[in-house]
Amino acid sequence: MFYYYLQLGLHSLKRNPLLTALMVFGIALGIGTSMTSLTVFYLMGSDPIPWKSDKLHAVQLDNWSADQPYRAPNEPPDQLTYLDANALMQAGKADLQAAMFKTVWPLQPENPDVKPFSSLGRATYKDFFAMFEPPFKYGQAWDAAQDKEHARVTVLSSGLNEKLFGGTDSTGKKVRLNEIDYTIVGVLDKWQPRVKYYDLTIGAFNDAEEYYVPFTTAIELQAQASGNNSCFESAKPGWEGYLASDCVWIQFWVQLDSPAREEEYMSFLNNYVNEQKKLGRFARPLNNRLPDVNEWIEAQGVVSRDAQIQVGLSFAFLIVCLVNTIGLLLAKFMRKSSEIGLRRALGATRGQLFMQHLVEAGVIGVSGGLIGLVLTVLGLTAVRSLYKDLNNVAHLDWFMVLTAIALSVAAAVLAGLFPTWKACQITPATQLKTQ
Amino acid sequence: MEIRPILSALMRSKVALVLIGLQIALTLAIVCNALFIISQRLQLMGRESGINEVDTFTIGSLGFGTGFNVKTSIEEDLAMLRGLPGVAAATSTNTVPLSNGGWSTGISLKPQQRTSSASSAIYFVDEHGLDTFGSKLAEGRFFTADEITFRERGDNTWPSIVVITRALANRLFPGESALGKQIYLDNEGAPQTIIGIVERTQVPWLGFASDEGPDAEYQSTFVPQRISFSNFGRYLVRTEPGRRDEVMKAAEAKMAQINTSRIVREPRTVEAIRAETYQEHRAMTIILIGVIVALLAVTALGIVGMASFWVTQRTKQIGTRRALGATRGSILRYFLTENMLITSLGLVLGTVLTYGLNYWLMANYEAQRLPLVYLACGVVVLLLLGQAAVFGPATRASRVPPAVATRSV
Repeated sequence: MFYYYLQLGLHSLKRNPLLTALMVFGIALGIGTSMTSLTVFYLMGSDPIPWKSDKLHAVQLDNWSADQPYRAPNEPPDQLTYLDANALMQAGKADLQAAMFKTVWPLQPENPDVKPFSSLGRATYKDFFAMFEPPFKYGQAWDAAQDKEHARVTVLSSGLNEKLFGGTDSTGKKVRLNEIDYTIVGVLDKWQPRVKYYDLTIGAFNDAEEYYVPFTTAIELQAQASGNNSCFESAKPGWEGYLASDCVWIQFWVQLDSPAREEEYMSFLNNYVNEQKKLGRFARPLNNRLPDVNEWIEAQGVVSRDAQIQVGLSFAFLIVCLVNTIGLLLAKFMRKSSEIGLRRALGATRGQLFMQHLVEAGVIGVSGGLIGLVLTVLGLTAVRSLYKDLNNVAHLDWFMVLTAIALSVAAAVLAGLFPTWKACQITPATQLKTQ
Repeated sequence: MEIRPILSALMRSKVALVLIGLQIALTLAIVCNALFIISQRLQLMGRESGINEVDTFTIGSLGFGTGFNVKTSIEEDLAMLRGLPGVAAATSTNTVPLSNGGWSTGISLKPQQRTSSASSAIYFVDEHGLDTFGSKLAEGRFFTADEITFRERGDNTWPSIVVITRALANRLFPGESALGKQIYLDNEGAPQTIIGIVERTQVPWLGFASDEGPDAEYQSTFVPQRISFSNFGRYLVRTEPGRRDEVMKAAEAKMAQINTSRIVREPRTVEAIRAETYQEHRAMTIILIGVIVALLAVTALGIVGMASFWVTQRTKQIGTRRALGATRGSILRYFLTENMLITSLGLVLGTVLTYGLNYWLMANYEAQRLPLVYLACGVVVLLLLGQAAVFGPATRASRVPPAVATRSV
């Protein structure tokens, strides 16, 4: 029966190709636009590490000036001072913890054919790898002892390993960064978090780092961070003065395996700050925070306002397209009034007619949805060329493809339901009389 | 044209009336608000930075290790750059306007002041700074060569003179001349005397210190120092008109040549830097224009489709009217008037939706109230669009021969 209805539907659609094209095009355009904006919106804000995002927490301590908050109304800084980062690392009260900052160093390859280039890296602790789980291709992270003794060791990204060693196992070999030789202990597999949530201070959608070195080593070498640095008062002169200052420039993440651990850690932080208050620091009221990954992404405004507005407008656009299709479909079915009347008179039930026309509406919806999916792919290509930094974000995944199909079928049924119902209300007698 | 018969005919197909009306209403709401956003973005992107963007580029160097002497390397580079054929001026600088990175600080008027009086971007430049930026000096003077010092790493003191922009001067000393007055870049340090005022130089960040008013994006301070962060040196070069791209290549090659214990960072034109900073606004503009065009197309095609349907459905009725003496013109007018009525009803609802959408944008995205002129434009555009869309089907209707009336009765 379905096949027969499908044939009838196709026949009816073929009779009026222009009107059919108009309806399909309308749905396709609406689906394409809304899916493009929805994909960008969803991927910008979606959980980058769903299996443990509730266990990973950014640490925020409010060490800012008594006179004004870091950010209105009463936001604590998004980074820590060296003093506090170091104290929290020493205490080691979390299940895993890592202080970190961004570095840009010149990389001087041994191979004379490769010119020296500046390379983006991260100074951090060994727990970084256990917390954020970048996959290792060769070797592993450095260990706690190497953290402690400021070892000259490094973990490379797969991209950098490809560039320097042609993708072979380079563990045990050396790489020269800013005139210092580091021994390679591990090489990562391809790893590019969609949102670089562990450091949002310099753009949320940047490329991942090319190398990782121990935090302690970078501090010993007096490496200035290449990220954000904020001070509410001038530091004392020199490197030691900077380290002892209330300037914030270090990101700090902890892993806490249960809500109970989270509570414990929070009370540890509060005790720590209260102790510091006795030493004359932390002039503001207690305002420590432990946002998890999703709360952090939300609080740091990763999803741009423009992306949100675009979603709102594109769905309004989809509604216009649907209203448009409802009108055209209605016109089409009404035009067939006499045919419907005839079929009714020959014994077709309302239910059968309803199914028949719903199938016809469905054909329009599904083809509109499929073309819409193609338009979505084109739309995302356009988004990538318009926003260079969204290269890692604006891609369809399976979830979004399924959403697109579900959305277009729902849209088509929604658009088809009313005209179909209306068509079934036709009484055979009046139609036959006018014949 | 008598409206009553048209109205009563319309009332017999309420559903179609509602559908077209709703479509027009939503279209008006989206088009007006999108146009408003577009015009605001265009205004934002059209602002002048106050510097010469056409003939300028930045170039930088990153030295290797602790043995690298940044201070002499900067001096050598500057001497080389200034000697290059085609270079009009060159300065060391920590950043340039619109580059989205740099140094900002709160400025105080008194020592130990608790909250600062104004926020300002800091440009560390030498005596060629003003000439290279291409900003205009409004009052006083710029720095001389012997006033330029090198800011050693970890040194937190400030020189005793600065040059500030007019926007910053107005903010710090409203209604009086700032020239010769003293400010504190560090409220615990020594004061700085303002020796010159520059007409206009934008800060590196869009939306800088927006709580200090729209002019805050022009609150800049020039400091007579050369500075380096971890062996970075950065320069801004202004070339003779039309020679930028050629000089850029030459400068990169020459810098790589005169000192090999470093990396020369790829030169970038200020135009490219500006484009990158305004990228999201440009993208938003293009996307919204696309949405408006698509929306108007869909709505117009929808009207064509519905009108064609009506014409076909009423062929007999039209034929009868023609047989009874109606002219072609009056049939045409009938459909045009009918469309005008439907569109107008839609536009009334659309006005409510437009301000509803505007209210949502104001509540959630700090948008401003939509000026009436956008609504007026939208109304006119949609009325014209409706008339244009219905014109084809209406013409077809007017060609229905009176004989049709006799055929199937």
